[in-house]
Amino acid sequence: MGYSFPEEVLEHVFSFISLHTDRNAVSLVCKSWYEIERWCRRRIFIGNCYAVSPGIVIRRFPEVRSVELKGKPHFADFNLVPDGWGGYFYPWICEMARAYPWLEEIRLKRMVITDESLELISKSFKNFKVLVLSSCEGFSIDGLAAIAANCRNLRELDLRESEVEDLSGHWLSHFPDSCTSLQSLNMSCLLSEVSFSALVRLIARSPNLKTLRLNRAVPLEKLSTLLHRAPQLVELGTGAYSAEIRQDLLSNLTEAFAKCKELEGLSGFWDVVPFYLPAFYSVCSRLTSLNLSYATIQSPDVTKIITQCPNLQRLSVLDYIEDTGLDALSLSCKELRELRVFPSDPFVADANVALTEQGLVSVSEGCSKLQSVLYFCRQMSNSALTTIAKNRPNLTCFRLCILEPRAPDYQTLEPLDHGFGAIVDHCKQLQRLSLSGLLTDRVFEYIGNRAKKLEMLSIAFAGDSDLGLHFVLSGCESLRKLEIRDCPFGDKALLANVSKLETMRSLWMSSCSVSLGACKWLSQKMPRLNVEVIDEQGDLDSRPDSCHVEKLYVYRTVAGPRLDMPSFVRTMNQNPAYRR
Amino acid sequence: MDPIPSEPKPHNQDLNLKATELRLGLPGSESPERNINNNIGIKILVSGAKRGFSDTINNNNNISSGTWGFKNSSCVKDCEGSFGKNGGFLAESNNNNKNPCSAVKDSGVKASSPKHANNHPEVPAAASKAQVVGWPPIRSFRKNSMAAKNTKNEDDLNAETGSCVYVKVSMDGAPYLRKVDLKMYSSYLDLSSALEKMFSSFTLGQHGTHGSSESPLMDLLKGSEYVLTYEDKDGDLMLVGDVPWDMFTGSCKRMRIMKSSDAIGLAPRVMEKCKTRN
Repeated sequence: MGYSFPEEVLEHVFSFISLHTDRNAVSLVCKSWYEIERWCRRRIFIGNCYAVSPGIVIRRFPEVRSVELKGKPHFADFNLVPDGWGGYFYPWICEMARAYPWLEEIRLKRMVITDESLELISKSFKNFKVLVLSSCEGFSIDGLAAIAANCRNLRELDLRESEVEDLSGHWLSHFPDSCTSLQSLNMSCLLSEVSFSALVRLIARSPNLKTLRLNRAVPLEKLSTLLHRAPQLVELGTGAYSAEIRQDLLSNLTEAFAKCKELEGLSGFWDVVPFYLPAFYSVCSRLTSLNLSYATIQSPDVTKIITQCPNLQRLSVLDYIEDTGLDALSLSCKELRELRVFPSDPFVADANVALTEQGLVSVSEGCSKLQSVLYFCRQMSNSALTTIAKNRPNLTCFRLCILEPRAPDYQTLEPLDHGFGAIVDHCKQLQRLSLSGLLTDRVFEYIGNRAKKLEMLSIAFAGDSDLGLHFVLSGCESLRKLEIRDCPFGDKALLANVSKLETMRSLWMSSCSVSLGACKWLSQKMPRLNVEVIDEQGDLDSRPDSCHVEKLYVYRTVAGPRLDMPSFVRTMNQNPAYRR
Repeated sequence: MDPIPSEPKPHNQDLNLKATELRLGLPGSESPERNINNNIGIKILVSGAKRGFSDTINNNNNISSGTWGFKNSSCVKDCEGSFGKNGGFLAESNNNNKNPCSAVKDSGVKASSPKHANNHPEVPAAASKAQVVGWPPIRSFRKNSMAAKNTKNEDDLNAETGSCVYVKVSMDGAPYLRKVDLKMYSSYLDLSSALEKMFSSFTLGQHGTHGSSESPLMDLLKGSEYVLTYEDKDGDLMLVGDVPWDMFTGSCKRMRIMKSSDAIGLAPRVMEKCKTRN
């Protein structure tokens, strides 16, 4: 059977297809397309580093230039995954160093990467350009120094929210004077000081620098110096935004900001002294992205800022903004796509700020382009949720966190089933949902029936019985990631939906009622799942099958059970003879 | 010894200073009678130390939730203490706290009546807000940023922020660090039992099962091969147990279980600390 296009033409056509899902679809058309596609795939995305082995990846895709890997489950962000669980990058870099000499980009999320690995990266890839370490850990300033020193063409170094061992912070000076390629530097997670003179020199010789996110230790007094050297910045993260009150300092800063005609995004703002806020008012009209979620400024100051930002698309704030500030937001920022409101004092039972469900309702009314919401609050009602759902059927991501677990509708004292039901009913494109508050099995019935595009669902302290879990597993067709904590879900739902689990990336269940025996049974029934039991009490072998496991992590894999687990993680039915 | 400054101070600051006084007797000898069956094992014999971690545990008033179950929260019945009750490491604790499961601690931050009708059996009708691991879902970086902000208030050293602070705990020779949230524990007793659980898997490998096999970590510490130290806000290396618990949680940046041979010369610098603070 012939085909009309020579390989080169097909390759050229494929080069316009960039989405991973599309690429995967292309590879399934026929054997020859599979072959052509695999030779010309340049970017690879692996959502679970244990779903596949480095060897398998390299065998299939020999010409990769960009790798993106994710390690630990999402709940690791909230300390539910014990240290030492896994997610090591080292085995990957060992093989990639040998197999991909032309690798340019590495993006990792929730992985453990050591200084050794960083050094290996810096020495193995002549054309290395982009390193993004998102919520990673295991490395120190020494590793960064190696990257700085050896990556001649480094374009992007982004350490967002990683945990870095700040031993003695002089790594910036390791960038050679000849390095002028830097376009993006995010060191906002670093705790200790960096050498300011090295920083200034680096910035001064990087004419293409577009993104600069400083860490808290860079004082406000020095910010204008940096801005003068980099007026072309598009995104800036300030350091600590505080200094003693000085008029001259304010003028300098105002002047420096005014020179930045390309600035579209601002972040940082630790320890804000409100006196200095007007310094950046001149850039507000251009701002599309603003992260004030570390700024402990009160509602009037926040409002003053956002009412000057008509082009704002993404906003992160603390709940100091209050309902009044959110009202103002809904009137001023008609381009808003994404809103995140974080709690200023989450561990206090009583509300410390006047932020309620009403603020979110206002924004849903006024901001017609709103797609993505993350909202921490202390009270919610079914009627508010229903209003929000009707106002914003275009929501794709809705994450609501009512601080008190199992809090009912504060007006009627009923569960919030109907409210969330309205969300999944109206928002037909909803891809991500996080639930909170008092919820019965009914809400899961709604979700299973209506949330057909839902890909990621997070559940905590909800439901009555296995039926809830069963509704989700049997109903949500697009479900890829399901994470559950402290719910009365047990064996029945899990075992009734085993084949569903192979269509998903992963399932996390902690503090639920799944028995050890069920885990064993599941893993026997489904050899292409890794059924990992995490249990820190240490006597898993001597426990009866009826006992409940602390934490369960199930994921599909073609790599078989992993071999790098600590003692408190076990893969059920581990068969070492598995193919690798 | 230097006298304590005599100007009037808020109540709890008084206690702090008293507790950090160097005295001839064992600290806390005013505290209620010790449990006779006490088998606290950590004796840290480092030259120069007047007190060890173990003595602090013995005499600490805050013998609260020694029961620390990591069982699932849907089990309403009491969590069993997972530590040996007899011949084990902990003193018998009074079960005066409710024991909700899923690692809930009664933080006693602010007393408030629950706003909502909380008739769900699993949620304790707590007068104060109970802290649950990983809830609300906020990343450590944000929590630590908020905590760091709170401690910047100079006149606010003993402020109850109610936030949580994650510190790293490393052990010489262990392949990876652990992180603990100091606010989850109410006493040195609590903390030491948690650490025992975390690090026992490392020490088992090295030392087999001599001594009481229930607590190999404690055996190790009993044999004074290791000491528990921490780095405080000023960057100084201190012995865990030297300062009152609240001062410790406010100033500890990270902990390290280190070999005694490396810890020689670590004398309590407690009085110095108190002087500079005041």
